[in-house]
Amino acid sequence: MVAPGALRVVRCGGSTLCGARAVFSADSKYLLCASGDFVKVYSVNTEETLRLMSGHADLVTGIQLNPHNHMQLYSSSLDGTIKLWDFMDGILIKTFTVGSKLLALYTLATAEDSVFVVIPKKGERDTFQLVSVKLTKGAGQDLESKELSVVLGGVGASMKHIAFGREGAYVVSVKGVNLQVYFFKRKLLNRFSLSTLKTKGGDNRFSCVVCHPTEDCIATGHADGKIRLWRNFHHKKEYTYSTLHWHHDIVMDLAFSMEGTRLLSGGVESVLVQWHNESSCQKDFLPRLGSPIEYISMASDGALCCTLHTDNRITIINSNLRFSRSIQGLIKSRDVKTGLVVDPRTKALVLNGEPGHLQFYSLQSDQQLFSLDIVQRQYIHEAGLKQSDLVKVAFSARGTWLATVEESEEVTDPELQLKLWFYHEEAQSFQLNTRINTPHDNHITDMCFRDMDELGDDSLILVTTGRDCVFKVWVMVEDTDPEAQQSVSWTCDFVGSYHNYQATNCCFSEDGSLLAVSFEETVTVWDSLTWDLKCTFCHPPGNIRKICFGRLTCSKYLIGATDYGFLCCWNLLTCALEWSAHLNIVVLQPDPVSEHIAAVSWLSKESSLFVFKPNEPRPIYIQRNLCKEKILLAAFVPRDEPEMTSSEKYPWLRKSQLFFLTDTQELMTLSTKSLEERLTPSSKQLAVEESLPVTPFSVLLGKHRQQQAQEDTDLGKPVVHNKQEQASPAVKELLHTPAHVLPSASFLCTIFINSLLISKENKSVEEVADEVEMESEKAEDDSDEEDVTAMEQEDTSHMELLGEMTCKLSKSQEKELRKIRKMDYSWISAF
Amino acid sequence: MAAYKPVVVQACPKLGERITQDTLYWRGDKGGESGPAAATPVQIKEFGAVNKIDFSPVPPYNYAVTASSRIHIYGRYSQEPIKTFSRFREAAYGATYRDDGRLLAAGSEDGSVCLLDVGGKAPLRQFEGHTKPVHVVGFLSDKYRIFSGGDDYSSTLWDIASAKEITSYSEHTDYVRCGCASKVNADVFITGSYDHTVKLFDARTKSSVMTIEHGHPVESVLLFPSGGLLVSAGGRYVKVWDVLKGGQLLVSLKNHHKTVTCLCLNSSGQRLLSGSLDRHVKIYSTTSYKVVHSFNYATSILSLALSPEDETIVVGMTNGVLNVKHRKPEEKSENSQKKRQPAYRTYMKGRTYMPKQEDFCVSKPVKRVLRKYDKLLRSFQSSKALDAVLEPAIMVHTPEVTVAVMQELHRRGTLRSALAGRDEKQVNLLLTFVARRVIEPRFTPVLVTVADMITDIYHPVVGQSAVVDKQFLKLKEAIGKEIDYQEELLEVLGMMDTLFATFTKKTDTCLEENKSNGVTEIIETNRSY
Repeated sequence: MVAPGALRVVRCGGSTLCGARAVFSADSKYLLCASGDFVKVYSVNTEETLRLMSGHADLVTGIQLNPHNHMQLYSSSLDGTIKLWDFMDGILIKTFTVGSKLLALYTLATAEDSVFVVIPKKGERDTFQLVSVKLTKGAGQDLESKELSVVLGGVGASMKHIAFGREGAYVVSVKGVNLQVYFFKRKLLNRFSLSTLKTKGGDNRFSCVVCHPTEDCIATGHADGKIRLWRNFHHKKEYTYSTLHWHHDIVMDLAFSMEGTRLLSGGVESVLVQWHNESSCQKDFLPRLGSPIEYISMASDGALCCTLHTDNRITIINSNLRFSRSIQGLIKSRDVKTGLVVDPRTKALVLNGEPGHLQFYSLQSDQQLFSLDIVQRQYIHEAGLKQSDLVKVAFSARGTWLATVEESEEVTDPELQLKLWFYHEEAQSFQLNTRINTPHDNHITDMCFRDMDELGDDSLILVTTGRDCVFKVWVMVEDTDPEAQQSVSWTCDFVGSYHNYQATNCCFSEDGSLLAVSFEETVTVWDSLTWDLKCTFCHPPGNIRKICFGRLTCSKYLIGATDYGFLCCWNLLTCALEWSAHLNIVVLQPDPVSEHIAAVSWLSKESSLFVFKPNEPRPIYIQRNLCKEKILLAAFVPRDEPEMTSSEKYPWLRKSQLFFLTDTQELMTLSTKSLEERLTPSSKQLAVEESLPVTPFSVLLGKHRQQQAQEDTDLGKPVVHNKQEQASPAVKELLHTPAHVLPSASFLCTIFINSLLISKENKSVEEVADEVEMESEKAEDDSDEEDVTAMEQEDTSHMELLGEMTCKLSKSQEKELRKIRKMDYSWISAF
Repeated sequence: MAAYKPVVVQACPKLGERITQDTLYWRGDKGGESGPAAATPVQIKEFGAVNKIDFSPVPPYNYAVTASSRIHIYGRYSQEPIKTFSRFREAAYGATYRDDGRLLAAGSEDGSVCLLDVGGKAPLRQFEGHTKPVHVVGFLSDKYRIFSGGDDYSSTLWDIASAKEITSYSEHTDYVRCGCASKVNADVFITGSYDHTVKLFDARTKSSVMTIEHGHPVESVLLFPSGGLLVSAGGRYVKVWDVLKGGQLLVSLKNHHKTVTCLCLNSSGQRLLSGSLDRHVKIYSTTSYKVVHSFNYATSILSLALSPEDETIVVGMTNGVLNVKHRKPEEKSENSQKKRQPAYRTYMKGRTYMPKQEDFCVSKPVKRVLRKYDKLLRSFQSSKALDAVLEPAIMVHTPEVTVAVMQELHRRGTLRSALAGRDEKQVNLLLTFVARRVIEPRFTPVLVTVADMITDIYHPVVGQSAVVDKQFLKLKEAIGKEIDYQEELLEVLGMMDTLFATFTKKTDTCLEENKSNGVTEIIETNRSY
């Protein structure tokens, strides 16, 4: 436990979802995903994260439902443990320690209390074996399971390379161009191999394998996009296979439907292909899913399937191949070229999202607010294409203007576009205002707006710097043509250069009067009114890497970081170097609301954070070894309200929060709070909330129940939180008596109203509590099987359950005495 | 999921003149550019420089043209004069109609002012008094008096009935060359002179009531119908003055690069026209005083007139040519052969139903219409997509679409395969397009790649088809020309850079001298440091 008040590096924005295939719960209401070190439970209907199950110390590599209990989940991790969870309640039931890294996990209904895992073979590198692990039965929570028996050697490390056949009769493993089938009953191992020759651009290496659920048929995906269906593989020689070919690149994953009539396949084309009856002529497509498909998984009832994408997104798809919904957090793009930018309007973090899109990611709610299509071109998912992507983003001070730069990946002749977007209040989104083709002759290196809050939009100035040795100033002009639809557009106002050096960075001072542009080794300072060169600064060895002006009280300082590891601070009034420090700064980020500047240095496998004020050379905060990865980007996000708790110790964290992104695309932040505090209450809520339609009547009943619950707690009795709490008998009677035997409504009205008003008199509080207690006791006594049914009952219907409880009540009245005793016992244990 | 995104076709700003409402209005006059309905401008050769054109204020709007020693009266569409006054011994000047269109007054070189009846031959009256040529004559709005201005620096008021001089003002100190009478006050007239002034006279007083300093020899003056605004032209300037505010300058227009010689208002008073020796007629809006349209003529313009309904614009030039342009009559929108529309009942089916509050409206899915090439691109049929945009209708009228699709194919990496495997006719078509469009700056980057690929693909077959070879030569020629052109441009740019460099240095120093705020202090400290 970290001492309170100390700063901790906290991961936020979720982690990669691509650890393993997602799993649907038995009733297809929940979706379980491995997400970094956690297992996440999503609601299929509402797309929200219901539960985050933490416990593993390393990446989760496989999750499978317990075949004997659908409410339980096995998960395996690189930390060498298999954990058994109750995912409905988020409880860790058992931990089995295996000892070596677990790379994949499989369960079989036929295999009693054992699971299959892939582990590296001892003493050999890159050799893996499939072993079955006997899960020892024991009373404690932490158990050792060292009983391993090797099933297959020389298997692939990925979970896609092994599949279990119909009813667990055989197991198939693929690696390279070899396929091996092991029959459990006959203890027979058949090996088949394809030719390694790459004829006609074909590449026979296997990429994934699945087995038909009802027939003896194996489907394999290949690196060249072919799908082979293997049959008759009981015989070594007379096996046959047929080929389906649509994908032009590697088949990433395959999945059979529950009956085996349909086969789904996906790859880098981000098209989900559905093959009917294993024939190549009948196929359906679901195109343009956004990004390459990594995993496909089917729900057990066959109504839904979901695809996991490489950019951290889950798409849920109907059985008739219609897009249903998608779950997405922070989209991981290959390369965050735009940097971390904060949208001044929503305080959302803005960075590259899908290819060609800009994602607005809300840090508070951990979800994507929206994705803005910048490039507006069809993205072709094909390797080796020179796609144009977003490279620079800048917001004006109030967020009304957004400037974006996109360029194609070509090195020599980049296809550049500068786009300016205006925030349209009515449409609540950015709309394209001006598009400038080829704003610079070479790559644009930096871009900034002049932030001047007090002046109107007329004073907005955009500066871009390019490798074509110039910086350009763009201004807004009124359109004189009355027929034009928009009244303003952007045009170039000034082009500046300095000794034909490449311009690398630009930055406006806080009051907007000075512009600093760095040209390789030199920083030039320009008057933003007349565009005269005012002075130059230089710190000879090395090019300038980052520059920024000081703010507020330190606005007379200009900070620069050079390639040769110097952090320099120049005084603009004396035009002299104030101080310098020998640090290899990779990130220099000023806080927009205070004078603090954060600098992150990178020195041989460790990143360190320095926070300083420009007017004093001593940093006010140093944290060495911030994280192992290289930190690429950082951003200060202003807080909605100043934080009070950390204000004495960390004044620089009071008004804003520092986020940073590492080269493995992990978003991190610094936090003073402990882990428990950070968890939002919503994640602690029970997963079994049903979304019943809200009617005035249900609201009325709900209030009534709440009131009762309140009374219970007042009396100090433990209340089992259950949605189906007891209502007063009058209401129950009213609800559960068939309509045709009820007396007239006018007669019932007074009874009903009275029951609502004076509940205490109708039924004593103790009695109500007793009933609730009994209900919970009963549930605990029941075996697991009954537990499942009880859960399912909860899911079915509100009304039905109420009816059942009344009849249970009458039964239970007989054994009242015993239960009261039992209840007392639980009381004691509770305290 | 995301729908197919169609190919983005780059919209380019239209090159050339911007089409405005005014362009459309005045284009009718510009015979050359408009359709067949507009008549070509009529050119009539006069005997000398045309110094005055005046339209009769009454229908059929004949106009009197004063040139040399003659005054010709032309009908609206006649190319021959319908009447000629040729009894002047020397040059005649400034023939002007009276408000009723029945009398005509003209000055002459010998200093006399003649009053002519439009119907008759001999002058009705002759006013003698000026000692030098009279260049400007006009009727006051009471119809019974004439004012005139002469090279003897005097401006004189005459009574028509008695042919007597009423008053003579000799306040100008140079030739009086232009004048105008007020339409609202019968006693007020103005004259402009080469002494750089415009003077406003009231017939009831003995001297001028207002003097306006124009700053250049005044060539033409004009009063607005309201009488409140005065326009004077002289030198390169057209200036508008507020008479009611005591001659305050409202706006000074400098749109000509030679002396402005004539002014004219259109019938509504919304537009002001000015003709100049620089061969241009400019049309200004009288609300914003911006140039809204401009005409170009062959030689320097001396006189200009607009018919009362803006239908004819007549311009007289120094070489004695009279240019008559008729504005195209506004076309009535003809509803030609309407498509048979479905019956009213079919059309209104179900549309009259008003949804009730509890109704749940299911909106029809909006059908997206994709162009043919987009459909083909969506299904990755590169070659066919290229075929679709090589159709003449697209290739000729919207080359940007063709280029956009080529760019998209290049982006997808399939341009080479789409270009390959074509027969002689198609290669010919492609090369024609490339050779013609490659020099357009907006298409150059893409089409250079295309041309590169075509030469790469088809160089083994060069020499097999005469048609294709010819196209290759054409392409080479076009590119060679463009390179020469670019080189020349660079040379010019270099010259201009030198000029600008010297120019900016001067302004820099004067800027630094002028400023005495904090910014200069920084510079100074910088230097001391």
